[in-house]
Amino acid sequence: MYENKRLGFLFVLPFVLGVLLFKLFPFVMSFALSFTQYDLIDPPQYVGLENYRELAFSDPLFRKSLGVTLLFAVLAVPLRVGFALFIAHVLNFRLRGINFFRAAFYLPSILGGSIAVAVLWRFIFAKNGLVNLLMTQVGLEPIAWLADEHYSMWTIVLLFTWQFGSAMVIFLAALQNVPASLYEAAECDGASKLQQFWNITVPLITPVIFFNMIMQMVHAFQEFNGPYMITEGGPLSSTYVLALYIYDQSFRFFNLGYGAALSWVLFALVASLSAISFWSSRYWVFYAGEKEPRK
Amino acid sequence: MSASNMQHPPGGEGSHPWVRYVALVLVALVMLYPLIWLIGASFKSNSEIFTEVGFWPQRFDFSAYAKGWKTSTEYTFATYFLNSFLITIPRIIVTVISCVLVAYAFARFEFWGRKLLFSIMVGTMMLPLIVLRLPQYLVFRELGWLDSYLPLIVPSAFATDTFFIFMLVQFLKGIPRDMEEAAQIDGCNALQLLWHIIVPLLKPAIVSVIVFQFIWTMNDFMGPLIYLASVEKYPVSLALKMSIGATEEVEWANVIAISVVALIPSVVVFFAAQKHFIEGATSSGVKG
Repeated sequence: MYENKRLGFLFVLPFVLGVLLFKLFPFVMSFALSFTQYDLIDPPQYVGLENYRELAFSDPLFRKSLGVTLLFAVLAVPLRVGFALFIAHVLNFRLRGINFFRAAFYLPSILGGSIAVAVLWRFIFAKNGLVNLLMTQVGLEPIAWLADEHYSMWTIVLLFTWQFGSAMVIFLAALQNVPASLYEAAECDGASKLQQFWNITVPLITPVIFFNMIMQMVHAFQEFNGPYMITEGGPLSSTYVLALYIYDQSFRFFNLGYGAALSWVLFALVASLSAISFWSSRYWVFYAGEKEPRK
Repeated sequence: MSASNMQHPPGGEGSHPWVRYVALVLVALVMLYPLIWLIGASFKSNSEIFTEVGFWPQRFDFSAYAKGWKTSTEYTFATYFLNSFLITIPRIIVTVISCVLVAYAFARFEFWGRKLLFSIMVGTMMLPLIVLRLPQYLVFRELGWLDSYLPLIVPSAFATDTFFIFMLVQFLKGIPRDMEEAAQIDGCNALQLLWHIIVPLLKPAIVSVIVFQFIWTMNDFMGPLIYLASVEKYPVSLALKMSIGATEEVEWANVIAISVVALIPSVVVFFAAQKHFIEGATSSGVKG
């Protein structure tokens, strides 16, 4: 029965239709829209490369937003992935209550995307919110987290880092597949725990580090709820990420053509960074199966 | 991957395990304190919130809950919660049906273009959804679906949440086919096989699909923000955003209380299905 090609295709049909209708068609349509001027009222007007020319040469806000987005990704992705790896490494030793800790560290990952948590964040970083209260208690000067353009970025970076749990559980699974015999051998040779981490653990799980980096990068470039709710893009556009700019242009100012062009720039950015990562992975990602089979 | 054949590095002998415990407990405390403090703060008065670092409120005052629940609109949060469930429950149902069918096809059947379709599926997981938002909006506008829940539910009926397909396929690949072969000899057709053999075997994976989809849909903000216009149709996420409204003069005590309530369904579902859920996330390993 499983050789019945028509039956198999029938079952996969919802997916084929879904991809065509809700992924591929919108994808192509947004590319087409990016060469037009469209405000929902008059029909779209073809303007050639005008939108792209404008954002490249005469839109300082786009440049600002692009810089903010890159800065956010550069700070937030390594922090999240690094934290996830570190905690997974600590959790990977024979510990009682590992399930409790795993759940505790995972909880922020599932709640972090909610508006309720964004509200909480905005509130603990307020002028006399929890963070500043704690800082004054230990004798530090309070910081205007949300009003000072030098610090606002950190509030959304921290929110992103706080949700390291999903990357952590993936690391945890990978770490459990590192053969214990390698550590025993290293122990005999007198390698310290830190040396063991860098010379055994990290090289063996590079494929997973790579996977987590790529996925988290895709997420970071789309971060919306945090900047939208906590800082509202401000102050002085210091947290005005591209996702927010795209939303504003498309759904608030109804410059749909320009919004589409912006979103294609974001897509090109993510796609080219992924491509570079895949290319570079040849040099630093080690797949156990390539040189000698595992078992 | 099962927990039974875990291989641990030989830690704990030479070094002190309590060092790790202290470190872990400290990190957990720092991470969870904002959430814990939020619960305490929901009982505090507006002035106490901004002066007290401690968790324990001076007195338990439920008035913030009452006021927050009522909202400044003509609807209470009962309406908004009902709306959230009216989106979430149908969406979960259509997601499970479509994703199980598609995953079954990918994991078991041979058909033309299977490999290509599978790579397309993996590829779309990396596609920034924000690129699709605008044209999707235009399509739903053409269909006259704006300001209804259809744009939030119907795409899921076409297995567009590819993360779940991937998760189910991975799970199915780990299940031997003996039972299916036996059932085929007994004359089961494909649908009977799916219903009587595959679905029961897939149950743990289906539970994680339900839990993930529940929490993500409850959390979803941009979708409702774009598609819904009338306040009476707002889900909890949008209503919460509305309660903050203007930047200054926020009634924090009320907002905090309602935020706590808004998190309850997700937290309950998370802890009820915690084990399945994390393992599902681990085996398929996507989404942050």
